[in-house]
Amino acid sequence: MKLSILKVLSALLLILPLLACTEARPLADDPAVEVRLRHLSHELRCLVCQNQTLADSNAPLAQDLRQEVRELIVKGLNDQEITDYLVVRYGDFVRYRPAVNAQTLLLWIGPALLLAIGFGSLWWTLRRRNSLLADIDNNDQEEKEEEA
Amino acid sequence: MIPELGQFSLILALLLVMLQVGFSFIGATHNNQLWMSVGTSATRGQFIFTGMAFVCLAYAFYANDFSVLYVASNSNSALPLEYRLAAVWGGHEGSILLWTTTLSLWTIAVTLFSRHLPAVFRARLIGTMGLISIGFLMFCLFTSNPFDRLIPAALDGRDLNPLLQDPGMVFHPPVLYMGYVGFSVAFGFAIAALLGGELTQQWARWTRTWTTAAWIFLTVGIAFGSEWAYYELGWGGWWFWDAVENASFMPWLVGTALIHSLAVTEKRGAFKLWTVLLAIVAFSLSLLGTFLVRSGVLTSVHAFATDPERGLFILIFLGLVIGGALILFALRAPQVGLGGRFGMVSRESFLLSNNVIMIAATGAVMLGTLYPLFLDALGMGKISVGPPYFDAVFVPVMTPAIFLMGLAIFSKWKNDDLPTLAKRLKWAFAVSAATALLLPLVLGKWTPLISLGVLMALWIFTTAFVSLRQRLQQRQQGWLPALFGLPRAYLGMIVAHLGVAVFITGVTMVKGYEVEQDLRMSPGESAQIGGYVFRFEGVSDAVGPNYIAAKGLFKVTRNDKLVAMLVPEKRTYMVQNMPMTEAAIQTGFFRDLYVSLGEPIGDDAWAVRIYIKPFVQWIWGGCLLMAAGGLLAILDPRYRRRKKDEQIAP
Amino acid sequence: MRPYLRYLLPLAIFLVLVGFFAAGLKLNPREVPSPLIDKPAPAFDLPLLSDVGKKFSPEQMRGQVWVLNVWASWCGACRDEHPVLMAMSRQGALAIVGLNYKDTNAEAATVLKNSGNPYQFVAVDADGRTGIDYGVYGVPESYIIDKQGIIRYKQIGPMTANVLREKIMPLVKGLQ
Repeated sequence: MKLSILKVLSALLLILPLLACTEARPLADDPAVEVRLRHLSHELRCLVCQNQTLADSNAPLAQDLRQEVRELIVKGLNDQEITDYLVVRYGDFVRYRPAVNAQTLLLWIGPALLLAIGFGSLWWTLRRRNSLLADIDNNDQEEKEEEA
Repeated sequence: MIPELGQFSLILALLLVMLQVGFSFIGATHNNQLWMSVGTSATRGQFIFTGMAFVCLAYAFYANDFSVLYVASNSNSALPLEYRLAAVWGGHEGSILLWTTTLSLWTIAVTLFSRHLPAVFRARLIGTMGLISIGFLMFCLFTSNPFDRLIPAALDGRDLNPLLQDPGMVFHPPVLYMGYVGFSVAFGFAIAALLGGELTQQWARWTRTWTTAAWIFLTVGIAFGSEWAYYELGWGGWWFWDAVENASFMPWLVGTALIHSLAVTEKRGAFKLWTVLLAIVAFSLSLLGTFLVRSGVLTSVHAFATDPERGLFILIFLGLVIGGALILFALRAPQVGLGGRFGMVSRESFLLSNNVIMIAATGAVMLGTLYPLFLDALGMGKISVGPPYFDAVFVPVMTPAIFLMGLAIFSKWKNDDLPTLAKRLKWAFAVSAATALLLPLVLGKWTPLISLGVLMALWIFTTAFVSLRQRLQQRQQGWLPALFGLPRAYLGMIVAHLGVAVFITGVTMVKGYEVEQDLRMSPGESAQIGGYVFRFEGVSDAVGPNYIAAKGLFKVTRNDKLVAMLVPEKRTYMVQNMPMTEAAIQTGFFRDLYVSLGEPIGDDAWAVRIYIKPFVQWIWGGCLLMAAGGLLAILDPRYRRRKKDEQIAP
Repeated sequence: MRPYLRYLLPLAIFLVLVGFFAAGLKLNPREVPSPLIDKPAPAFDLPLLSDVGKKFSPEQMRGQVWVLNVWASWCGACRDEHPVLMAMSRQGALAIVGLNYKDTNAEAATVLKNSGNPYQFVAVDADGRTGIDYGVYGVPESYIIDKQGIIRYKQIGPMTANVLREKIMPLVKGLQ
C-alpha cells in the first residue's frame, strides 16, 4: 500500500513540472510540413495494403514512405517533384490521382462524354418521339375522317 | 448433427426452388392455375428451409461448434454472443447464405403482397426470382458451403476480424443486403412484363412500391456502413471510394434513377423501355458488386477472402442471368409502345434529365472502379484510381442534377415553359445565391466549393419551401391540417429531397471547416482547438472480453465549462494479435468532437489526433431523411387501393 | 432491321464487361510491376553484413549478370525461398547478392549461419532507404541485373524452382 502511495507521489512530482507548461505540442516539428504531408499522402497509395491511402495506413512501409515524403518536403521539393520521385520507384500505381496521358484519357474525359452522349440521345429521342406521336395523331385524324 | 441438418435444408431448399421455377413457368405458359399455385407453394418451403439452414449456422456459432470450418475461421469462444451471431455473415460463405436467405425473404414477401397481380404475371415473377435463388443456392452448396466440417475439430476459433467486432456489423450487412437483393423484385417484375409483353402504367405502379422499398434499405444500409467506417477506422473519414463501396453505390444511383423514371412511366405511360432497362440494370449492378467483392479482380479494404474459382462461378451465373435478361429486352423492345406525349420542357423531361445524370454518374463511378482492371487486362500497366479522381469527377457530374431538382418540383406534367418557371423561382434562386456568396465569408473561409455546396443545399431548401407554401395555400384550411392533407407521395418527395439538401450541407461543412490536429500529448497537457480545450488526463489499462486496451481520458471544456469526457481506446485483440483504434466521439447537432489515440511515443506521451467535424452527423441524417421520404411515398394510399383498381381494370 | 440494333446496345456493353472480368480473373491486382525494368539499377553504398567496416556497391558487379535478392530474417516467405537460393548458388550460374532489409545484423547473421549462406555479398539496408529506391514493397523481391548494370527482371515474392527454371535461367543465358 505504502509503496503505491509513494509511487503516486513520485509520479505527481514528475507530473508537476509538466503541469507548469500545459500546452500540448504538435506531433511534428514543423506543422506546415505536416499539412503538406497530409495533403500529399491522401493522393498516394499504400502499396502493401489492400486499398488505402498512404495517409490512412499504419503498415511499416507506409510509415517509411511518409517519413521519406516528409524529408523531401523539408528539402524543398514541390508536390509534383515528390510524386514523380515515388512514381520513378513504384510506378503509376502509387498515384491515386492518375496522370493525364494517352492511357488515361478515356478515364478523365469519360464522365463528360457520358453526360454529353446522355443528353444528346435524350434530346434526339424526345424529338423523334414527338414527331412519331404527331404522325400517329395525324393518322388517327385521317382515319377518323375516312370513317366519317 | 445440426450442421448436417443445415446442409440438408439447403439441398431441400434447392430442390423446392427448382419446383418453384418449373411449375411457375410451365404453369404460366399453359395458363394452368394448379401448376402456378404449386409453384407459389414451393416458395413457402424454399423460404422455410433456407431460413432453417441460416438458423443452423447461427446455432453452430452460438454453440461454438469449431468442428465447422467456417465457424472455426470466423469465431472464437471468447467472442461476445452478439458478435458470434453477427459472425454468421462475417465471412464469404455465411454472407452468401445471408444473401440467399434475404432473397427468399423477398420472394415470400412478394407472394404475400401480390395476390392482386394477374396470375400468369405473378407466376412469371416468382419463377424469375426462383431462377436467381437457384444460382445462389448452388453457389452456396458447390463452392461456398458454410457447413463444411473441419476434422479434427479446432480447439478454438481464429476469431472474427476485430474490425468487424462492432455493433455496425450486426446491422449494416443485413440491411444492405435487403437493399441489394430487394432489386431482384424489380428485376422479376421487368422480366415478367417483358415475357408477357404487358408493360403498362399499372406495371410501373406495382414495381414502384417494391423498388422504393429496396431503395430505402439500400440507402439506410449504405449510411450505416459509412457511419461505421467513420467511428471505427480511426481517421474520421466516411467515404473512401473503395471498390466495394462503389459496388454498393452504383445500384443505389441506378435505383434512384429507376424510382424517378417509374414516376414518368406510371403517370404518363412513357419511356417504358428505358424504365424496364433500368430495372434490369439496377439488379445487375447488385450482382456485379457481389462478383467484384468476391472474385479478387479488384483490391478493396472490405474484400472477402477471394477466390478466382468462385469468381468464375459468379461470372457465369451473372452472364446467364443478365445476358438472358438483356437478350429478352432486345427481342421485346421493338413491340413496346410510346406512351403519352410531352414537351421538351416538362416534368417528364426534367425527370428524364435526372436519369441521364444519374446514369452518367454511375458510368463515371464504374469507369473509375474498373479502369485499372481494363488497363491491366489490355496489358497496359497498372494504375490506381482513388478518391482524388472520384471527388474531381463526381461533383461536377451531379451538380446539374441538384439544380434540376428545384426546377422539377415546380414543373408541370406534359408541358411547361422556362420563363414561367424562372419567374416563379427567381426569389428562391436569389436568396440561395446571395447566402451562398456571403455565408462562407461570415464563417471565416470562402472557397468556390464551399459556396457551391451552400448554394445547392439552399436551392433545394428554398424551392421545397416555396413549393410547399404554394400547395398549402391552394387548400383553404389551417396549415397543419393542410400539411396532413397533402398526398403522401408528394410529402415523401419533399422529405427525400430535403434529405439531399441536409446531406450536401453536412458534406460541405465538414469538408470546408473541419479542424484536424496531430499532437504529442503527455498527461496533464491540454490543447486548444476551435474554441474547445482538450485536456489529456492520462491512460489506464483495461481488459475487455477478448482484448486488452489502453484507455485514454480526455476532458473537453469550452469557456471553462465541461463539454465531454472522451475515452478513446487502443485495443489489442488477443487471438489475432491485432491492434485497433477505437475513437471517442461526442456527437452533436452542429459538430462532432473526435479524439483518437495513436501510439505511445515515450515519456508517458502519446500521439493523439483530434478533430472537430462541423455538421458531420448531417451526412447520415440526410440519408435517413431520404429513406424516410421513400417510406412516406410507399405509404401513400394510392398504392394500397390497388386491389380495387385491379378489379376495375380490364 | 437497323433501328432495332440499338436495343442490342445494352447487351453489347455487358458482353464487353464480361470479357474484361473473365480476363481479370487471371490477373493479380496486387502485383505491381516495377518501373525500373530496363533502367539502370539505382546506386547505393552500404555496409556488408559480414564486415560492417567494408561497403558494397552495385558498381562492383559490373561485367557480370547477378541477382539482388531483398530479404530479412523476419520474413516468412524468405525462408521458403532460401533452399532455392542455395540451389542457385551451388549451380553457380549467377552471383547472388543479398540486400538485408530492415533487419538486425545479429538476427540476419544467425539465419545465414543456421541455414546456409547463398550470397556472395550481403549489404545491410537497415532503415529501408535503398529498398525505397528499388521500389521494394514486400519481401522477398529479386532483381536480375545485367552486365551493364541494367535491371532486366523483377521477381515479386519468393523465387520458386519453377520460376527459376522457366523464367530466370533462360533470361540469364540470353544475357550472358
